[in-house]
Amino acid sequence: MSDGIGLPISHRQRLWLYGFGGLVLLFLIAPSVIIVIMSFSDSTLLQFPPQQWSLRWYQSYFQSLEWRDATIVSVKVAIMTALVATPLGTTAAYAINRGTLRFNGTINALLTASLIIPVILVGIGTFFLYARIGLNNTLTGLVIAHTVQALPLVVLTVLSGLRSYDMNQERVARSLGAGRIAAFWQVTMPQIRFSIVSGALFAFITSFDEVVVSLFISGGETTTLTRRMFNALRDQIDPTIAAISTCLIVLSVLLLSLAQIFGRRH
Amino acid sequence: MSIAPSALPISMRRIEKRFGSVPVLRDLNLDVEAGEFLTLLGPSGSGKTTLLMILAGFVRANAGSIKVGGDEIITTPPHRRNIGMVFQNYALFPHMNVFHNIAFPLKQRGVAAGETAQRVEKALELVKLQGLGERRVDQLSGGQRQRVALARAIVFEPRIVLMDEPLSALDKGLREHMQIELRALHRRLGMTTVYVTHDQREAITMSDRIAVMNGGRIEQLDRPETLYAAPKTQFVAGFIGESNFIPVESRNGSVWYGDRRIQTGAPTPPAGPHLMVVRPEKLRLVTAADPSAGINVLEATVSDIIYQGDSFVCYASLRDGRQLTLRDYCRSDVLARMPAPGQPIMLGLDAKDTILVAAEG
Amino acid sequence: MSAQSALLKEIAGPAGQDLNAQALRADARRESLRLLALLAPSLFLVCAIIIVPIGWLFWLSLFDETGAFSAANYARFFEQASYIKTFISTFKVAFIVTGACVLLGYPLAYMLSQLPRRAASICLIFVILPFWTSVLVRTYAWLVILQRKGLINSWLIDLGVISQPLSLANNFSGVVIGMTHILLPFLVLPLYASMKTIDTDCLRAGMNLGAGPAATFRQVFFPLSLPGLASGVVIVFVLCLGFFVTPALMGGGKVVMWAMRMEQTTSLYSNWGAGAALGVVLLVVTLALLGLFQWLLGARATGVWSSR
Repeated sequence: MSDGIGLPISHRQRLWLYGFGGLVLLFLIAPSVIIVIMSFSDSTLLQFPPQQWSLRWYQSYFQSLEWRDATIVSVKVAIMTALVATPLGTTAAYAINRGTLRFNGTINALLTASLIIPVILVGIGTFFLYARIGLNNTLTGLVIAHTVQALPLVVLTVLSGLRSYDMNQERVARSLGAGRIAAFWQVTMPQIRFSIVSGALFAFITSFDEVVVSLFISGGETTTLTRRMFNALRDQIDPTIAAISTCLIVLSVLLLSLAQIFGRRH
Repeated sequence: MSIAPSALPISMRRIEKRFGSVPVLRDLNLDVEAGEFLTLLGPSGSGKTTLLMILAGFVRANAGSIKVGGDEIITTPPHRRNIGMVFQNYALFPHMNVFHNIAFPLKQRGVAAGETAQRVEKALELVKLQGLGERRVDQLSGGQRQRVALARAIVFEPRIVLMDEPLSALDKGLREHMQIELRALHRRLGMTTVYVTHDQREAITMSDRIAVMNGGRIEQLDRPETLYAAPKTQFVAGFIGESNFIPVESRNGSVWYGDRRIQTGAPTPPAGPHLMVVRPEKLRLVTAADPSAGINVLEATVSDIIYQGDSFVCYASLRDGRQLTLRDYCRSDVLARMPAPGQPIMLGLDAKDTILVAAEG
Repeated sequence: MSAQSALLKEIAGPAGQDLNAQALRADARRESLRLLALLAPSLFLVCAIIIVPIGWLFWLSLFDETGAFSAANYARFFEQASYIKTFISTFKVAFIVTGACVLLGYPLAYMLSQLPRRAASICLIFVILPFWTSVLVRTYAWLVILQRKGLINSWLIDLGVISQPLSLANNFSGVVIGMTHILLPFLVLPLYASMKTIDTDCLRAGMNLGAGPAATFRQVFFPLSLPGLASGVVIVFVLCLGFFVTPALMGGGKVVMWAMRMEQTTSLYSNWGAGAALGVVLLVVTLALLGLFQWLLGARATGVWSSR
């Protein structure tokens, strides 16, 4: 349907479709928009539209040590997760793309398993394991657990980059005298780097937004932002969370636009 | 033809390749002489590209030996084989300009910057792309890309150059032009070249020798003119040039088509069924008076005549219903005798042009 | 001379004995090892964090509280009413949410597939952005909108439609609305991708052969879009079964779903065996549904995940 030549149905005959589709789009986007607007409200009551505007919820977010520490933990973990998951996922995708290993399908299934296995099960399992080896409430433990969650996204993103890349280029580089590593770095890597960067961004955001596993394995000094938010939401609806949510939405928009830009250049 | 001092012969012995349990190459033996332009010709699935990939080191054979100038290279990784390769889609590096593409193999070999610039310049000159070094790859036309890929494959003076259908992406006119140019370049540089194509005309135009491949084996390895004039199998006769096949029988020391004796240029083959290879352009119209010794005459009826400007094609059926094709140029003497559909004609075939091949099952 | 005689010996060598076959096999093995080395760190992490603990939990689920080997943890699911209630409400939520996603998602995906490329990519942002927004943020937003003094209620009261606030959050309807919002993109994106691959010429042919727009849609477009719809449905359903965050925050304690039950059993009561047994059954059901889907539709499901 991408040829731009429509069918002999006029847009007017389809008004009902556009109307309904528009409402569904509104349903999808409205909650985020409402939260962003409300985060600038002056009132403790969550009125919409707000009567008075202020930045008091942002102040309360940035001035709270607890929120700030949790944010720092989340940022640290997300950066480290991206740094670990990206090279691991890239090399794994490269090996899978070669497709010469006998158990390629099984390996692929294993690496993308965490997309299919219920997160709650992974959370409980990881907690159980970490309790034995003392990794609960540690940054290392969080980074490892988040890396496993982020790996499938990196693998799939890089894999799709590799699939649209012409492997003959690496072959020709080898025939021209480049060793395996030189051929990858000088020829393959520059051409799939946008996929790799997208994969890294996805890894970052996956870690940053991860709730369920963190709920089990983070706590004390390593409480992540999402865990703190979850606990706060269980108690009462604090408008500070609207400010935090807005920051998270902005982060998502930023990272997504970056990924989009890189994706397009690829 | 000059042979480059760096050119080396290749000797392939008993190459076996299976994909899973499917055999792709079977007990393949092939010798390429130093400085020779050898073409692997065959339909898709004949194993020609696989053989080239094994030669380049991108596909691993299951067994066999490849010696280049006496050195075994069957397990040598591709980057140490010193073999230049041109791919069907050129595989130019889009993130580098023309200069850096061609300089790539020199950079891998640690050639100094000054010498690199000189050699790249020389290579560009060889492929007639002087002054285009700074161009981006996507600013080049198809023909120019082809030349850059070629320059990149020869700039490091490899022992061997491999080409995998390098002209198939070009349009017809440019392709024919590049065939002549590639041939001239080979004459000038004299590197051992193995060329893969499925286009028999291209193979005939360019090659010193052609290896016709079918079903993972080499059916026949010969000079182009020999392949055309004396194909050894029905497959080769059918693949190279146009052919009609007429079943004949060898008995009592002669060859017979029904009750008519066939004269051939070669010694009579062993008794049994054979096929006579009839090329359209070797046939001519004869009158009953014409026939003499050394000409086989076949009686036929014209089914259709197609006029093609410079030439015409006449489709005729023999008495047993078998179809024959005759092609001739539109000279006035031929046109004067041009038969009409439905008319009986006599087709003459010189004994020297009468080829027999074994009948395949 | 020596090279020549060696060559002759080689050619004359016994037939059937493969030349260099051993060296080539060794080379192939080395290559496989190199590739495995590239995969090893990832595979190790996945095994250590996912496979081993889940296997361990599975083992634990086979023992009762006294440490005796028994099926008590599984038998409990059929005996205790609270478990049965959990399963029923989980499947009820899953069916309703999946149904709502289909009703909202199919027309949306259809519209996106019919829009000109530019308009479609702008509309698509509205689908992808929520997709990448934290589940917590979106759940919070719905809490704000649906609670007693929330947006919907205050608007409806201001408009005079109702006099008493409706209870929308902290109950079943809150869970369904929140989860539908969160899972809708999982249906729309694969469905849209599959609709894009439907050849317009097929539809033109349908019309050319005398079918009206409605008949063409029903007889040509809809059947062609079914595989994409099915994969979206399976994903949404499977995710529903194991969903935790939204029901935990929006259920108000009234809706206990499978994943919440697991969390309570392990965190609150530290009954690892029982929690593990729940997890095992959840995993089996999930894999069975995905397997069934793969079996019905070939290997399309994997492509669906990669559309994320």
